[in-house]
Amino acid sequence: MLTMIGKRLMFAIPSLIGVVIVTFLLTRALPGDPAAYFAGPAATKEAVEQIRKKLGLDKPLIEQFFRYTNDLAHGDFGNSLTTGQPVAAEIRNRLPASAELTLLGLIVSIVIAIPLGVLAATRPGSWIDHLCRITTTAGVSLPVFFTGLVLVYFFYFRLGWSPAPLGRLDVFYSAPQTVTGFYLIDTLIARDFEAFRSALSQLILPATTLAIFSLAPIARMTRASMLAVLSSEFVRTARASGLSPATVIVTYAFRNAMLPVITTLSMVFSFLLGANVLMEKVFAWPGIGSYAVEALISSDFAPVQGFVLTMAVMYVLLNLVIDILYGVIDPRVRLEG
Amino acid sequence: MTAQPLLDVQDLTVEFSTRRGIVKAVQHVNISVAKGETLAIVGESGSGKSVTSYAVMRILDRAGKIAEGSVMFSGIDVKAATEGQMRDLRGREVSMIFQNPRAALNPIRKVGDQIEDVLRTHVQQAMVSDHGEKAIEALEQVKIARPRERYHAYPFELSGGMCQRVVIALALACNPQLLIADEPTTGLDVTTQKAVMDLIVELTKRKAMSTILITHDLGLAAAYCDRVVVMEKGRVVETAKAADIFANPQHPYTKKLMRATPRLGVSLRDLLPEEEGAAAAESAPAAVASAEGQKPLLLIEKLVKEYPRQGATATLGKLFGRKPPVEPDVFRAVDGISFSIGHGESVGLVGESGCGKSTTSMMVMRLLDQTSGLIQFDGEDIGAIAPASFARLPQRSRIQMVFQDPTDSLNPRFTAARAIVDPIMQLGDIKGRDALRARCEELATMVGLPHNLLDRFPHQLSGGQKARVGIARAIALHPKLVILDEPTAALDVSVQAVVLNLLQDLKARLGMSYLFVSHDLNVVRLLCDRVIVMRTGRIVEEGSSERVLSDPQDDYTKELLTAIPHPPLPVH
Repeated sequence: MLTMIGKRLMFAIPSLIGVVIVTFLLTRALPGDPAAYFAGPAATKEAVEQIRKKLGLDKPLIEQFFRYTNDLAHGDFGNSLTTGQPVAAEIRNRLPASAELTLLGLIVSIVIAIPLGVLAATRPGSWIDHLCRITTTAGVSLPVFFTGLVLVYFFYFRLGWSPAPLGRLDVFYSAPQTVTGFYLIDTLIARDFEAFRSALSQLILPATTLAIFSLAPIARMTRASMLAVLSSEFVRTARASGLSPATVIVTYAFRNAMLPVITTLSMVFSFLLGANVLMEKVFAWPGIGSYAVEALISSDFAPVQGFVLTMAVMYVLLNLVIDILYGVIDPRVRLEG
Repeated sequence: MTAQPLLDVQDLTVEFSTRRGIVKAVQHVNISVAKGETLAIVGESGSGKSVTSYAVMRILDRAGKIAEGSVMFSGIDVKAATEGQMRDLRGREVSMIFQNPRAALNPIRKVGDQIEDVLRTHVQQAMVSDHGEKAIEALEQVKIARPRERYHAYPFELSGGMCQRVVIALALACNPQLLIADEPTTGLDVTTQKAVMDLIVELTKRKAMSTILITHDLGLAAAYCDRVVVMEKGRVVETAKAADIFANPQHPYTKKLMRATPRLGVSLRDLLPEEEGAAAAESAPAAVASAEGQKPLLLIEKLVKEYPRQGATATLGKLFGRKPPVEPDVFRAVDGISFSIGHGESVGLVGESGCGKSTTSMMVMRLLDQTSGLIQFDGEDIGAIAPASFARLPQRSRIQMVFQDPTDSLNPRFTAARAIVDPIMQLGDIKGRDALRARCEELATMVGLPHNLLDRFPHQLSGGQKARVGIARAIALHPKLVILDEPTAALDVSVQAVVLNLLQDLKARLGMSYLFVSHDLNVVRLLCDRVIVMRTGRIVEEGSSERVLSDPQDDYTKELLTAIPHPPLPVH
């Protein structure tokens, strides 16, 4: 198992090198001159030139690249031009925010979607099948920012049940000491239950919004995959051997049907983690997606490169986890490790 | 019959509600099985034989239901029983063996656990502690070597025959009174088939169980069963003792089936119904005389195909400086074989799965590159041509292939006409819509495919019609050599008889040579002048079909021949 993990990680190295090169070139190729942007509209030509020199942008591309990779090797992602903060620190602060939100949304979604898909598959044409179809169609056809706004309108503005959608924690509480970066866990470790409740209540609306959106692919995939497995011959054999419906559905059908569902999960997760800029805007969530987009708009190279690189690493790790899960479920995969 | 039968099916009708209305798959069927009796239900695809057995177990699809009649199993009314009662019955009193053993087992669960699932469902709680042993006992009973290790095996680690043994162990684990075997040996090699059937019969006899054997193979039914029920289109057309039905078949359909079954001592024409056979014999064109002393059409010398034994990771392992594996790192699929095919000759290549016959045919087709050896076609060394470039060369049009599965080998988005003209559009010289259509119709006439079917898609055609499309496509470019890769293995016997005759006529009319790849010696004998028997990549015996089948020299050929079940008597 360990050798397999090691091998997988080694295979990831070339692709990471590729990501470093491509992001570097792409950010350079983007229109817009960061030096001019930072000098401001009223700056003189000399002032712009001076800033350019300061940023090292007057050097040839190849030299810039080597300086960049050298910094990377020392764990330095560079400084953001807009905020002046080191990128590495910013990402370290913002990634847990995105991850906590995404994970919670995904867990809520899994808890609803998988049983829904299984029930829909075992009773095709029943009311639960129709319910599954309606929820998934509705969930996927409503954009997240819209569902988010609707939820905020009702639960904050009309009913007042949830706190103002302004970040991860109510202003009255201070952030817990960082252990995992997940406020839900950190507050518990700090035994600050008031802060825990505040963090949770801030999370509920955005997580629900994400869950509604990600419900559709997971439930759909579960239903389709269960239907395929239920009509397979080994399920017929299991039925013909008189096994109870619970055994047939759980031990025989469900485990086999999980494989494509896990793949879908990984895709949904990586999509939600990085691409949910609108969600982060609606809930003023200090996440990684909005950070990257703001940096991109202001031609701020370092955060964009840092973001892409972080996402690439996340993706590699996620795929590794999926592969290990596959191996746990399907003995046929283990051989090829 | 004095005693009450174990299973009594009276006036059974099974309906399926489909999009086009209600379809009666089984109509007014009466079947009874006595205690300890072995009954065969014989019929071609669509005869309702499997549906009948599903109705007995009440495991029909959601769309199907027992519309009329009654099913009584040892005093229990199956139709009226609750689902809970049925669950108790299934596996403990009645159990079933299915066609495809590999698909019938849960691919991600240890076989021992699967047997235990059944035991745990049906055996008293008091015996739970003993379960591991019982499952091993069940595996032992079906003669699986080293059952203690196999208990922890997954289905993909076992061979097809071994999987079927596990399925049998699963079915017999709780000592049921009735075993329903639905085509238990289809898809298995003949020697494996014999071993599996012998095992089923031995075990059921020892346990005094009743058996229903569902099969399309009359020979199998005759060799292993007491009584035979013949079904056609959802109805029982004849029921008789096995010995009687072969000696004196009553119903015309039974007679037709019996005629169509390839067996010793008959010719290809005998397989067709009498009138058709006579007509075919008269209209058959005289064979194109093959010139003696001519060079052979296909000459193969010392052909070898080796595969690396390890997977793709090996190359990567080398990349990272791993030391090479110690075991021999190649597997010889084809191990230095030599043979030739003359002009207008048909040669059968026979062997069980894994013997290298398909690999050989693929190398001749230039779909695979050989490791070493010579392939000479019509005086030309085609073995030297790389497979990637061969598809575009004119030589390609002179070797064509007919594939095993008529459905899978047709593009589902192409009409029959489009499929037939496809090789002409790739390599032929006929241009223009009308000319292509004319050629297509000409080919359709040749293979006996009605012209009004030409614009249909594969799913709108029957198995026999699809086989005809495949053959028309293969002869579209006037090939000299056609490789037939088990062209009738997926067809019913009566359709097989027609297709084999068609192939014979086409060969005589067009002067083609055939390389007929098959596992069925009886079929090969009918169509081929010469037979080559292969085993583990080598040729073990070669000679004229009559000689090899009547007087086999090699032990392996003898074993193959004795494994084929034969109907007791030839029909007159």
